[in-house]
Amino acid sequence: MQKTIVSNKKAITLVSGILILSGFFSRFVLRNMTVFEWALIAASFIGVAPIAVQAYQALKVKVVSIDVLVTIAVTGAFLIRNFEESAIVTFLFLLGHYLEQRTLNKTRSAIKELTEMAPESALVQTAGGSFEEVDIDEVDEGDILLVKTGAKVPVDGTVLVGSGYINEASITGESVPAPKSVDASVYAGTILENGTIQMRADRVGEDTTFGKIIELVEEAQDSKSEAERFIDRFSKYYTPVVLLLSLVVLLISQNLELAITILVLGCPGALVIGVPVSNVAGIGNGARNGVLLKGSEVIHDLSRVDTIVFDKTGTLTAGSPTVAETEIYVSDHQMVLNYLSSVELESDHPLAQAIVAEIKDAHHYRVEDTEVVRGGGVISTVDGHRIAVGNVSLMDREDVLLDEQVLRDVRQFEKNGNSLVLTAVDGQVALLMGIRDKVRRGVKDSLEELKQLGVKNLVVLSGDNQGTVDSVAGELGLTEAHGHMLPEDKSAYIRKIQEAGQIVAFVGDGVNDSPSLALADIGIAMGNGTDVAIETSDVVLMNSDFSHLPHAIGLTKATSNNMIQNIMIAVGVVLVLLTSVFFSDWMNMSIGMLVHEASILVVIFNGMRLLNYQSQKREKTANTVSLYPD
Amino acid sequence: MEKVIIKLETLSCPSCMQKIENAVKGVDGVEKESVKVLFNSSKVKTAFDQNKTSGEAIEKVIEDLGYPVIKKTVKFA
Repeated sequence: MQKTIVSNKKAITLVSGILILSGFFSRFVLRNMTVFEWALIAASFIGVAPIAVQAYQALKVKVVSIDVLVTIAVTGAFLIRNFEESAIVTFLFLLGHYLEQRTLNKTRSAIKELTEMAPESALVQTAGGSFEEVDIDEVDEGDILLVKTGAKVPVDGTVLVGSGYINEASITGESVPAPKSVDASVYAGTILENGTIQMRADRVGEDTTFGKIIELVEEAQDSKSEAERFIDRFSKYYTPVVLLLSLVVLLISQNLELAITILVLGCPGALVIGVPVSNVAGIGNGARNGVLLKGSEVIHDLSRVDTIVFDKTGTLTAGSPTVAETEIYVSDHQMVLNYLSSVELESDHPLAQAIVAEIKDAHHYRVEDTEVVRGGGVISTVDGHRIAVGNVSLMDREDVLLDEQVLRDVRQFEKNGNSLVLTAVDGQVALLMGIRDKVRRGVKDSLEELKQLGVKNLVVLSGDNQGTVDSVAGELGLTEAHGHMLPEDKSAYIRKIQEAGQIVAFVGDGVNDSPSLALADIGIAMGNGTDVAIETSDVVLMNSDFSHLPHAIGLTKATSNNMIQNIMIAVGVVLVLLTSVFFSDWMNMSIGMLVHEASILVVIFNGMRLLNYQSQKREKTANTVSLYPD
Repeated sequence: MEKVIIKLETLSCPSCMQKIENAVKGVDGVEKESVKVLFNSSKVKTAFDQNKTSGEAIEKVIEDLGYPVIKKTVKFA
């Protein structure tokens, strides 16, 4: 009986609304007061039933819920034969509840989309060797599974037979399909775009990487900041206090009408729902845009960040050195490039690889008598010529004369942050190359945006030499740059600026520098959604897309503001209602309930705005990398 | 110890959480510290002693409160 009443709440709301409408119709159009009264009595009875059932259940587990307040208020109104109030209040309460549920589902939609990407079934090999479709929950570790083209990989595992291209956007944010063959790891929730594979299940259910991401996001939505825990404690005692207050008013004033009006006006309504709504919408937006925020405490901290520290130059740069500048001092360009490329082809030094990659159409000669000079370079015989490739000290050793022009170029290249490679042919300097790690595309704009968002200091702490670090810092307009830093130097630096009162976010790849990630107020992992990154940091930027960072900061600021707005709306409404009940004569239960329900919808709609938040740059380019392949 | 994850129909009022939390904590054998009611994902997670109670018993307590259970997963923890 109880269950049927509660589960038919929607129908009850509708019937009660129709009864009220027909009541007013008969009163104002038909001028029939009897029908009016009976219609409202019926509406009150039907409407209060589900509320009373819930109130009873709440009291059974010792909770004074809003349902309890409303049930008492409606009963009171009924006793003083104010059927109009009792009917309208119950109807509004039910209608508000229905709308709340509808709109709340919208705010949760972003995360729901994520969970719906979870695979539901799998093809498991049976004892007979054939494959049979089973529910995802029935897959055990060690099972052999078949994945066909277009299907989702059901669990984390290893490819046993076959190969194919897998879209791993749900895990890495990278939408370019990755080739997978035997022994490769595959992840639940990714999509096999072509090919067919058989795989062994290694991790199932919530232990999969995808399961962990979902669990993280779900728990993040419900994790509470200090302020929210306060509101929770507050509302636990708030409703009983309202009940007491109305009893006191009743005893003093002997006015039942006033007492029950206070019960309705005192409903905590928007206060309880306002902050969680902002939270869930903000975290949902993040999840949709490749930014995983671990809860509302993180939102609060990140929105107030003063200083962002980057763990290495590699976070800002492409990570692989390339030839940036070249000067050739002889007339036969192609010849010297051929010699250089031939020598460097033999080496696996990163600078050599950069040079080979730069000189694409070289003719390669046989290289003989190669001598490697430690800390200098390499000397070989190519095509009958003595070729020396290396730095300035190698040239000194070889007695190569560097004239005024070469020395000037050397200084200029060094100043630009290059590592230098000189080439001498038969003791004559022939070529100078400057090689450096280039700044990643878009990083400069993103950093500019961070500054606009109010981040005061952008710092890079790097193990590289100071020259390289300075040139990157200069190009990007960083406020501070420190080279030659060991992991312990980095954490000491973070401690120092924290003591100076700054709120510090540390951006790293989540594998190294874990002391700094832990020490900083907010640890931001930039990486590919690996387990380690997910577990150790406060914020995970899926994919290494740098533009996620300004989005994260902007989003937390917007979310934080949204929460404050919602708290103000909620507190404001209760204050206005309670003062007007004492100081005005137009306030009654129905208006109070209407205002309450309206304010709840207002805070939900306000929270929903966050779902559409976009950072400036993304707005311009409309180029988002999402968790979901479109 | 076993762990149960119960998926509920969408929760829409925060006071429902309090009710469910109190009710689940009231079941003998449930480890009180571990009870988590996730409002936004409408899930209840808790650890319990399988000698004293069962996933079904916990499910029933929640259903009796008027919150329909969609799915229940019990795991060894």
